[in-house]
Amino acid sequence: MPDTWTENGAGDVIAPAVRRAPSAGPLVVARGLSKTYATELVVDGIDFEVEQGECLGFLGPNGAGKTTTINMISCFVRLGGGSLEVFGHPVERAQREIKRRLGVVTQENNLDPDLSVFGNLVVFGRYFGLSSAERRRRAADLLEFLQLSEKRDAHIRHLSGGMRRRLTLARALMSNPELLILDEPTTGLDPQARHVVWQKLRALKRAGVTMLLTTHYMEEAERLCDRLLILDQGRVLARGTPEGLIEEHIGREVIECFPGRGAEGPALRSLLEAADHVERAGDEVYAFFRDPTAAHAVLPHLGEMDFVHRRATLEDVFLRLTGRELRE
Amino acid sequence: MRPLSAVATWIRGSSRVWSRNFESWKDFAAASLVGTLAEPLLTLFAIGFGLGRLVEPIGGQSYVAFLAPGLLASTAMTASAFETTFGSFTRLTEQGTYEAIVRTPISVGEVVAGDILWGASKSVLGAGFVLALMWILGLTATPLSLGTLPMAFLVGLMFGALGMSYTALAPSYAFFNYFFTLVITVMYLFSGVFFPLEGLPSWAVGAAWCLPLTHAVVVIRALAAGELDPFLLVHVGIVLAFTALAFPLATRLIRRRLIK
Repeated sequence: MPDTWTENGAGDVIAPAVRRAPSAGPLVVARGLSKTYATELVVDGIDFEVEQGECLGFLGPNGAGKTTTINMISCFVRLGGGSLEVFGHPVERAQREIKRRLGVVTQENNLDPDLSVFGNLVVFGRYFGLSSAERRRRAADLLEFLQLSEKRDAHIRHLSGGMRRRLTLARALMSNPELLILDEPTTGLDPQARHVVWQKLRALKRAGVTMLLTTHYMEEAERLCDRLLILDQGRVLARGTPEGLIEEHIGREVIECFPGRGAEGPALRSLLEAADHVERAGDEVYAFFRDPTAAHAVLPHLGEMDFVHRRATLEDVFLRLTGRELRE
Repeated sequence: MRPLSAVATWIRGSSRVWSRNFESWKDFAAASLVGTLAEPLLTLFAIGFGLGRLVEPIGGQSYVAFLAPGLLASTAMTASAFETTFGSFTRLTEQGTYEAIVRTPISVGEVVAGDILWGASKSVLGAGFVLALMWILGLTATPLSLGTLPMAFLVGLMFGALGMSYTALAPSYAFFNYFFTLVITVMYLFSGVFFPLEGLPSWAVGAAWCLPLTHAVVVIRALAAGELDPFLLVHVGIVLAFTALAFPLATRLIRRRLIK
């Protein structure tokens, strides 16, 4: 991993992005936030804050209300119920002020197909009232940071999905935002492209940029987020640090096993007895352990049964809290 | 001071949207211009000179000299109507351009105004081309004819605001067929562009005066002929009134469609 490049590349470009809000309080405060579309309640009374310098993640399946929530913050969806303050201003008022200080990476690609890569950045910078010289300088710096310099004059049509996402990120950074909002920043990207985006986001985080991101990738949430809200059907199911959530809801270790049909012999019985919690899904059995030594102790008794012994992950928490049914 | 600075912000915002349209247009301006300019040119030659040979002079003018200012007005109408329907609809739906812009400090009203101003700028461009032709062909000889350009701008604003209102309601591109057939083509054919309204049955004249383009044609024709009359201000006022009604409507409808 060219992590040293990221450091160097990030250092110059990102330094000006670190901008402290005048007050020391949280950048976003939501209380009893809700939203109804027609008759469908999509956000159902949630509370949260985004603190300066942190990366807060909204983790949830499709339809959890993640996008609606961040759209209310970015003044693209009207406040439904409750209260929502961004940079200390209520979102019903001061929208121009709020939007001036936000950077948003939307899920949908809405880069301007009529403009070149460079044109997308400089035209976007003008919406924020940046001077021509500043826009050009910043656009060049950001293309460098996001490894797009050689695509400067390319047409949007000719960019790969990963390049488009990086360009959308560059665009959101044009205005030196105090809060960067990312809606599923790596959905639909291949693994290489995803890792590049993560690298860049970590570099921004190190530079002190406050971030709020939505995702349904556990790995993304674990790698990037300091704190998580697990959302489902518009409600907060749990909140905490990734490690804290795992510890609290699952424990430390998991033994997944695949007993043969109807062959629930003594091996399985001893596993079930030793575990703190057991879940079954289809032909699989999940045994969860708070104490790793208990998990290790049961291993010799599993005999011929197929099993996987691993650390508990955020995915275990997520599935425990949101259930295993398909969301379609 | 408050309202004044709000107006300044609003002008800045819409001019930034206008600039975005200009940036994206200038690279393929040639192709776009052919579309805007070919139509009045071809019509002027085919109908004005061709068919015009069979037509008696109108009020002491040759038919082509009568037709040309009418075409200037209809060119102004079509240019902004096209821009604020097909162009704006693409930016509103497929490209997500409006969404991207209203997430910046720019407001929905400024996006709508910027697009309408852009449409009106294209109106002036098309009208300027027709005016140049008229000078070259000797169809006008008065400096007052330069006044047709600001009038073309007002026509562009009016049809821009109307087009934008329709765009906000259109579910798909196919719905623009109604707008162009039932609104734009009707105006084109029955607003006194091709024939004088004098001498038509009174119901037909009454119907024609209900079409906003009719008022614009009267003003533009008078300016091209260098014959000013205080009553023209009433016609200008009617064009402004249509705009003043359509513009807030357009903003309201686009906002309703964009911000849930």
